[in-house]
Amino acid sequence: MKFTRPKSRKEASTHYCPGCGHGIVHNLVGEVIDELGIREKTVGTAPVGCAVLLYDYFNCDVIECAHGRIPAVATGIKRVNPELAVFCYTGDGDMLAIGTAEIIHAANRGENITVIFVNNAIYGMTGGQMAPTTLLNQKSTTTPLGRGNNEEGSPIRSCELLATLDKPYYIERVMATSPQSIAKAKSALKKAFQNQLDDRGFSLVEILSPCPTNWGIAPKEALKFVEEDMTKTFPIGVFKDKGVRV
Amino acid sequence: MTEKILLKGNQALCEAAIKAGLNFYGGYPITPQNEVPEYLSSKLPKAGGIFIQAESELAAINMVFGASAAGARAMTSSSSPGISLKQEGISYIAAAELPCVIANMVRGGPGLGNIAGSQSDYFQATRGGGHGDYRLIVLAPSSVQEIYDLTMKAFDLADYWRNPIMILGDGYIGQMVEPVELKPYTQPENLPAKDWALTGCKGREPNVVKTLFLYPQDSLTKRNIELEKKYKKIREELSLYEEYETQDAEIIVIAYGISARVCKGAVKKARTEGIKAGLIRPITLWPFPKKVISQAAEKAERFLVVEMSMGQMVEDVKLAINCKKPVKHYGFGGGWIPDVEDIVEKIKELKK
Repeated sequence: MKFTRPKSRKEASTHYCPGCGHGIVHNLVGEVIDELGIREKTVGTAPVGCAVLLYDYFNCDVIECAHGRIPAVATGIKRVNPELAVFCYTGDGDMLAIGTAEIIHAANRGENITVIFVNNAIYGMTGGQMAPTTLLNQKSTTTPLGRGNNEEGSPIRSCELLATLDKPYYIERVMATSPQSIAKAKSALKKAFQNQLDDRGFSLVEILSPCPTNWGIAPKEALKFVEEDMTKTFPIGVFKDKGVRV
Repeated sequence: MTEKILLKGNQALCEAAIKAGLNFYGGYPITPQNEVPEYLSSKLPKAGGIFIQAESELAAINMVFGASAAGARAMTSSSSPGISLKQEGISYIAAAELPCVIANMVRGGPGLGNIAGSQSDYFQATRGGGHGDYRLIVLAPSSVQEIYDLTMKAFDLADYWRNPIMILGDGYIGQMVEPVELKPYTQPENLPAKDWALTGCKGREPNVVKTLFLYPQDSLTKRNIELEKKYKKIREELSLYEEYETQDAEIIVIAYGISARVCKGAVKKARTEGIKAGLIRPITLWPFPKKVISQAAEKAERFLVVEMSMGQMVEDVKLAINCKKPVKHYGFGGGWIPDVEDIVEKIKELKK
């Protein structure tokens, strides 16, 4: 078996920390774009957060957006040029704190875009503050007592929340921690892009992903934390799929 | 002569935008500009453009950011508190050098203020408003016809300079009904190709629209210098204003937009009473028509700045006059229009 860099990925080493999940997700997205043969009509929207430098790693047109606003920016791009394949690459702070309104309304309009939501339960780039998805009792630099012990509220579940809306076409939560789960994550991402190409409307894939640096644990333990702890709050599964006929 | 019809200022804005090839409008309701999204929601799709009522001003300006980055002619509109919310996006659009048109039908402030027309957004229009060193080209119409004409011009200026343009109207001018000649639109030949647009990288290297420059000395400083070079060029090349009876004027009134119309009436009236008054009406508020005002200060004795704010444009007038002649300010907040008598009175006070 021969492994090569996807054509949709630039030949560059990333700035991500050891054990970070973004590199894996980047590769999966690159492979999917390659396999669908859409690199030359793809536009990526980069968030504010660890993935802000998306354009350094992806070999396609990219726009860097203000914090939380990528679903709105993607809406503008896709509406004026429906031939493009537009993806949002976002994180938990970007999408579920500052960009809550933008993601809910883009989903509710059924925008024909693909959202890749990397949930690592922490603000990575700013140094480990509480995210909307930080688990109860999880410590962060702004929840020194553990979340929930100082009126911080509970983690927000994006898939469950968005699945209550009529318009979204496909919503699934996956993780990227083992060869098996990575393979599943890839097929979910491929489906989310294929839906857009088929003009089906809004697709979102949430990927539970490790952040060993800001969780303060070793990469191997971080994978275990995703699989054993995060999945209790964020169960893996399909929350909406209008493509499945019952 | 082309057709002349009665339109509200807000509707004239839409007609001009559609004729100029508006591809995308994203907006959010706020009084006193609601005719804009209402009119465009029915007319723009029929003309082949996209209309979206966004979930907020933040979303609206970011949709415009995306549409413009994809190469479209894009516009949004709002009124003062809504423009405050759009300032984040405007900073990004200016930083990314993307063209777009932003109409601000100003209402009284600060805070929620009221819904009457006002001129208290001069600062947030001409001083950037959002974060960082950037400039907007600001156009101030004083009639419904001029809204129509300047809106068409705004799209061309935006594409030519790759810069956001703000049309600074106010609630009165947006709501006012006047006859408008619906002139046809002709695109100038000097507009540059949008080779930077995000259209998919077929047959070329990927295009990137970004505003992050992490390294202080070699990147962000350089970026700021590049932008400033453009702003300098705009300052040199763009200056629009109207002069009225300034030739022999001893007292010159300076006002823009709706208040300039009242001032014109006051100048006429003062002249019938033997006072040599004149008017300079800036049409571009940025770049500010500094030269014409500074030249006028060589001859005229005194200046009166009238604005429906507590004193914003007066600062630019004083900078232009540079202490050569006395400058008096007549301004008021709250969103009401002065009448001719008020201004004639102020002119007479200056004469004493």
